Parts: sequence; C-alpha cells; structure tokens
Amino acid sequence: MNKATMIIGAVVLLAGGYFVGKSGQKPATVIKVDSEPKAAFTSSGAEEVAAATTQGALVRSLVTPTSGELIIVSEGESIQDAVVAASPGAVIKVMPGVYKETVYIDKDNITLSGVIEEGRYPVLEGEGLRNDAVLYSGNGVTVENLYITHYKGNGIMGQAGNNFIIRNNFIVDTGIYGIFPQLGKNGIVSHNIVSGIEDAAIYVGMSDNVDVVFNQVFESVAGIEIENSRHALVEANFVYNNTGGILAFITPGLPIKTCGDVLIRNNFIVDNNHENFAIEGSLVSNIPVGTGVLVMACDDVVVEGNIITGNDSVGITLTDFSLAGNAANDPESEPNPNRPRILNNIMRDNGNDPAPVVRAALAAMLESTGPDIVDTVGMDDGCILNPERYRTIGLGKYTECEFSTTANVASYMLPEPVPGRSMEDLDKGKLAYYGVCAGCHAYSARMIGPPTQIIQALYMDNPQGIADYAANPVKKRPDYPEMPPQSHLDEETRLAAAEYMLRVKEAAAP
Amino acid sequence: MACCLLVLPLAVRANAITLSDSCPAGFELTRGQCKLRSLYQLYPSLEDAGVGGLKTGLPAYRDGFSPQQIDLGRYLFFDPVLSADGSVSCASCHQPERGFADGLGRSLGASGEPLRRSAPSLWNVAFQQRLFWDARASSLEEQMTGPLYDQHEMATSPEQLLATLNGIPQYRELFSQAWPQDFQAPGAQIRLDHVYLAIAAFEASLISLNSRYDQYAHGYADALTGPEKEGLNVFRSFVARCAECHTPPLFTNQQIAVIGTPEPEGLPFDAGASEPLGEPTLRGGFKVPSLRNIELTAPYMHSGRFATLREAAAFYTGGRGHAVPEGENLKIHWHIWEPNLSDEELDRLVDFLATLTDESFKPRVPAELPSGMQPVHNEFARQGVPPEDGAPIDE
Repeated sequence: MNKATMIIGAVVLLAGGYFVGKSGQKPATVIKVDSEPKAAFTSSGAEEVAAATTQGALVRSLVTPTSGELIIVSEGESIQDAVVAASPGAVIKVMPGVYKETVYIDKDNITLSGVIEEGRYPVLEGEGLRNDAVLYSGNGVTVENLYITHYKGNGIMGQAGNNFIIRNNFIVDTGIYGIFPQLGKNGIVSHNIVSGIEDAAIYVGMSDNVDVVFNQVFESVAGIEIENSRHALVEANFVYNNTGGILAFITPGLPIKTCGDVLIRNNFIVDNNHENFAIEGSLVSNIPVGTGVLVMACDDVVVEGNIITGNDSVGITLTDFSLAGNAANDPESEPNPNRPRILNNIMRDNGNDPAPVVRAALAAMLESTGPDIVDTVGMDDGCILNPERYRTIGLGKYTECEFSTTANVASYMLPEPVPGRSMEDLDKGKLAYYGVCAGCHAYSARMIGPPTQIIQALYMDNPQGIADYAANPVKKRPDYPEMPPQSHLDEETRLAAAEYMLRVKEAAAP
Repeated sequence: MACCLLVLPLAVRANAITLSDSCPAGFELTRGQCKLRSLYQLYPSLEDAGVGGLKTGLPAYRDGFSPQQIDLGRYLFFDPVLSADGSVSCASCHQPERGFADGLGRSLGASGEPLRRSAPSLWNVAFQQRLFWDARASSLEEQMTGPLYDQHEMATSPEQLLATLNGIPQYRELFSQAWPQDFQAPGAQIRLDHVYLAIAAFEASLISLNSRYDQYAHGYADALTGPEKEGLNVFRSFVARCAECHTPPLFTNQQIAVIGTPEPEGLPFDAGASEPLGEPTLRGGFKVPSLRNIELTAPYMHSGRFATLREAAAFYTGGRGHAVPEGENLKIHWHIWEPNLSDEELDRLVDFLATLTDESFKPRVPAELPSGMQPVHNEFARQGVPPEDGAPIDE
C-alpha cells in the first residue's frame, strides 16, 4: 500500500483540525455550576429499551430456551456429534479435556456449555490447522465456559443468529477475530477473556442491539470493535495493551452501511501500545500504535465515564475514511463521524510517544505530544463536557452537551427476544407449495408431475395422505416420472403444504 | 439492415399464440399479479438487507408482473427478431441450458467477435439491485438497453425495434393481451416501455432457491454429504472468507469488490466499476456475482480467465494482489489475503459450490416464435455443440 500518501493525508487532516481547534489564544478555564438539571439522553431506538428498564424488567435477562434435553460430551468424544444429535432446546455440556475440531451449530436454541472442574476448562485446540472453533447460524445460541486456542480463523463466529449469548470464554492466540457475531440482532458478549488476536479480539459486525460488557481484552491489534452496527453498548470492559483499545467503525463496501448509537461507557482503556501485528491490507493495519478509542465514520457515538490513560498516540480519535487509505471508497457510505458526544472521562498520560504517522502530523503543528482527543475532520455537530480538562485538537466547533449521563439506557439489548420468524407472510404451507411443489405441479396444466387439480380430486380431505406420500413416493403413473422424495421438508411443513395444495383455487385471470 | 424489416414479417406465418394466464413456478397469482413465494420469506434479515446466514430472509426483489407480461417476455427473450440482423436473441448469451449464461469467457456479439466481458447468469436476477459486471445499470430495463442497442451486440435501435415489432401482427396481438388497456384504440402501438417491462418480467421470474443447499438451510441436515458440509464450513470460515462477500441467501452481498483477478492472456487490464461510478479507488472493481448455479456457468470471472471452479477458488489462495499487472496500484479488498487453503479444502469448496445448483423452475423455450423465426441460441456456428441435456420446449 502507498504509505507515503496515507501519511501525507493524515498530516493534512490533523493540521486542518489543528487550525480549527487552536486558532487564537486559548481562553481561560471557565468554572461553571449548573443551575438546572441537564436534559435526559435520547437516542433513536433507545426508547423501547429504556421503557423496559423503567418498568422493572431485568437488564440483560436473555436466556436460551431449554427443553430439558441434556447431552454430555467427555474427552475423546466429538462435540459436533452432540450438536448433530441435539434437538432445539438441548443443553450440551462439555467436560474438561482437549477437543480438536470445528463445531458448527445450524440449529436454533442450542446451549453449548463447558463444565469447569477445579479450574479446568474444556479446551478447543486448533493446533494451528483448523479454521474456526465455533460457528453458529442458529437463533438463540449460547456458547460459554470454553477455552479456545490456536485456530487460524475465528474463535466464536456467528452468521445471522439472533438472540445470542457468548460469555465466560477464554480465547487465546486464535487467528483473526476472537469473538465475531455478524449479521445478528440482540445479543450479549460478556465476561470473556480474549488475547493474542491479529485483528479484533471482540468484533461486533453488521449487527443490532448488542451489549459487550465485562470483558478483559489484551495483546490484540484491536480490543473491541463495533462495525457497521447500530445500538451497541460497550461497558465495563478492561481493554489494555492492544494496538487500539475500543473502535467504532464504518467499514466501506459492506452491504449494511451505517453505524450509530454506540455507547462506550465506564471502560478501562489503558496502555494500548502493542505493536500492530495485523495482516497486510486489513483495515486495522492502519491503526496507529497507542490508540485508546477510535471512532471512524460511526455516528452518534457517546464516550462516557471511561478511564483512558497511557495510550501513547491519542486518547480518543474521531476521524473519517482517510484513516483507511488502503481500502476502496464506497460512494454509498457517509464518511463523517456525525454528532460525537464526549461526556466526562478520566484521561491522563496519553500521547507520550506517538506512532510515526501521528508524530508526523503533530510535527506539522510543532507539537510532539499526542492529544487526549483529536477530531481530524473538525466536526461542527459534536458536543463535549468540560473540554478544558483535556488537551484537544479539532474540537473548536464542539458545543456543550445537553445531557451529562446516559444512565437511562442500561442496555441496548431488546426487552424481548427477536421472534424467529418474519412477520411478512406466515403461511408456511403456501410458501412451500409455491416455493417447492410448484416446480413440478401447476394448478391445471401438466408439468413434470400431475396437475394440482387432479391431486385435489384424488385426495379430497386427506392432506396427511399427500404429506406421507411425498415423503416416500413410489412410481404410480406410467406417463409421469417418479416423484423425488420431499423428506427434506419437515413433517409440519409437508402437511401444511399438502393442506394448502388441497385448498388452493387458482383465480381466473382478469 | 433494412432488408430485415421487409423480409421478416413475411417469413412463415406463426400459429396464433395465446399468452399464459398462469404464473411461472414459484409465484402465486394474486389480483392479477404474480407474487414470489419462497420458504425464505419465513425468515427475517438484519436491516432487511437480505444478507446473513442459513435462515435469513431475501433481499429486495422485483415481482408483481402479470402472467401475460411474463409469458410475452419469454417470447421476446428467445426471439432473434429483436436483433438488427436477426442473428441473435437475448438467449444467445443467456442460454437456459447453460445456467442462463453462454459458456464463454467473453460473449460473442452479433458480428461474432468476442465482447469485453462474460455474460452473467440471469438466475435470481430479480434480486440484483445493480446490473452489469461494473454495476452501471440500476434496473433490468436500463440494463437491456445496453445489449439491444450496442453495435457489437444486438445492434438494433429503438426505432428499428419498434418498427419491427409493430410490423408483426402476432406481436401486436400479444402485447394487447399483456396490456389490454393500452390497446383499446385502433392503431395503438407497441411502446418501448412495454418491451422492456415484458423482458424484465420474464427475467425476474427466473428463481433458483431450491438447491440441496437450500434444503440444508431450511433444516434438513442430511441434504448435504459430509464432504459438502466440510466445504460449507470452509466457505464460511474466516480463513477462506468466501461468505463475507458471497453472503447467503443469494450468495452475493451485491457490493463492488476489487480483488485483482487476471485477464485472459493478451487482454488489457479492465478498470471495471471505477469508470461508470467515477470512483478511482474502485479501479479493477466488479460486482460480486451470485454463486447460485455457479457450477453451470464456467468459465469464471468477468472475462473468463478461469476455466473451472477449482481454478477460480484457487485464485483466492494465491496471495494478495498476486495477479495484479505491474504498474497497477489497486485498492485490493481487505478480505483478499493468504488463507493458505489446502488442496483438500479447495476440493471441498468445489463440492459445496455444486450444492447451489437448482434448475427446478427452468422455463420452457417457446416452440414457435411470434416472428415466425426459429430460436437461434443453440446454433452450432456460434457456440459449438449445445449440451445434451437441452432445455425443455413447449409442447
């Protein structure tokens, strides 16, 4: 990649921010006492969450539904075999021992839970050979109490599963992402200890309504990353000795193009000065060593109550895509970090040894120490409380925030689990009839199979007969090919399709 | 060219055709409109984007055409009368028996010369928000004006197209069946928007969502073999990362990606989407193609550099930017890296990709065309021998 261009770009942007922020003499510190209480915090979509909390509902009360089915996996057995055998609602308990496999869960409501005996965890061992430790696509999946190490890809990766719980896991020296829920809605990532990850230790990608809380994250390139997601709470995490601590990003070129309403609250973001060992070409390879919080293009980010100390480049950086100089632009992604809100944070000892790219930018401003906070864009819709406490660049147009706390949003998780089905059209029989059966059966015309009208005359009020025949068809009509078995549809769907087949009346064309 | 205007209507008079009053497979007729029905409509999708995992809802799509409009589109699609010299139809480059592509690295125009890029499959094109490899069209109607009027492709003009169709009584009759309200006045003419909409309606009816993969996604665990499931896990792993851009359920995220594939020997570098979008950082970028029915549409990539799926898959493990010509400084996509996939993993990927094949809703080729011409898309002189398993033909 063209590093020279990127550095020059950054210098210009930082210098621009400098000009915005430091033109003129610095005013004397004004000491204020509020005479009226500040306004309450609001964010789009927070109402539903806030309302539930005020009604006394338990915060983060999400559970994976269980049926009572219990499967115990002991050392020497396969966890995947247990997943294959499990029905939705099963709890799979994995005894301490070493398991060398990839576990994939393409079912709903599965609890994959390690049993811990005297501090001994079940270990998923990738041996540097296997790709990912745990993949899930089902809804309502819990993954807990596992020790995952030496995989090449991800520790725990979700693809579109909603209502997920990922907690109490150790993930050590494992590939690209430690924990990576992607394209999911409503989930929690809590009490995990993640280290030695080449990209983000915890990475919430293209997701909605996720809480990342009480995790310990270190010695990774990025600690916690919220990317192209909405309504994420990152709270009470211990994030230290990564290249960058906590990130809220838009990555250009993804199909879901917004990021917003991210609360970064009450975290310890300390000494994130680890060498950047990211893979060439990855977005996080651009993160300067010594970055505490980095907000790139993500909107409505609130940074509140964090202890941000000892990060050698900058405490908080707000920027646009100019940081991602190695990626193609996306004309459909809005690049600015709109409406940043910086409430009270404890910041100290940041910027003591800036990374070369930051140092070069600072040198253009005759500075050698990195600031606590920099806005490289010079946003004019940001706000900050008590700006005099920090060394800042580019915050000249920030106003005073109208609220001082986000305490009214205890969680961004939903008060009720996301329903498993779309509300669009719930007639499963109709969808199966037109979506599957219609490949061979037209209403009145002969296709590959006999017309629906003939089947209606034959079966009348016996849908079960159709459903059973479709599961195990035999050759019936000499002038038609034998029907292929439709046992891939479950019993309920087959019966619903048969019922629909018997009642469908094709409307005459207008 | 002018000859055809005079000659074609005089060709063998076709028998009277009545357009179908039933929807194609996969659609429910409701209030005169064909509405798509699929088990995927049971599932939600994040932000309604239609990208996710196994049980994820579909992206936005085109439907709601009448059975007659769709059927009329089918006749137009296969009729070479739409081309200036009557030598090619839409189906020449989008052949039903070749996955609605043409089996060529670069398609052949009316002149028989190779064009710049390959013909993409039309399966599931109803879901595509942007058309062409370089994403330069945003609707099917806009897209088809490309090949219809390109002098190297069908080489007709709007005037010639309308004159030809209005000169064929059978077509005037069929358009009046599809748009009765527009043909009440004597002398009512076929309009371009009728033509475009009918062809779009047919193209949007080409639905392929019943592969063995889909049976697995809907919950039938035995739909895939052990090696195919291994392939699925390689596909969605964060080592190979295929699913990050070829995202279920359509197996594309419909974004533009710069991945740096090579051109066939001797061809110049193709700048792709950067030109129409005016975005220099997208130099060498192309729309991520859907992988549904991908087994049927070799060779692969925008100009057909890779003869097999195995070769196409192996490109991704060749190293970031390994095939970028000297002097090109491309913004290669971050997911292109060095996954070091083993030979066995590449084999499993190919196994899995073959589970995305489903032609159960393949439409029939008209036995007779309203122009009286014969379908030309299987002609030996253009494409070589057609596959033995030919498309079903109207009875």
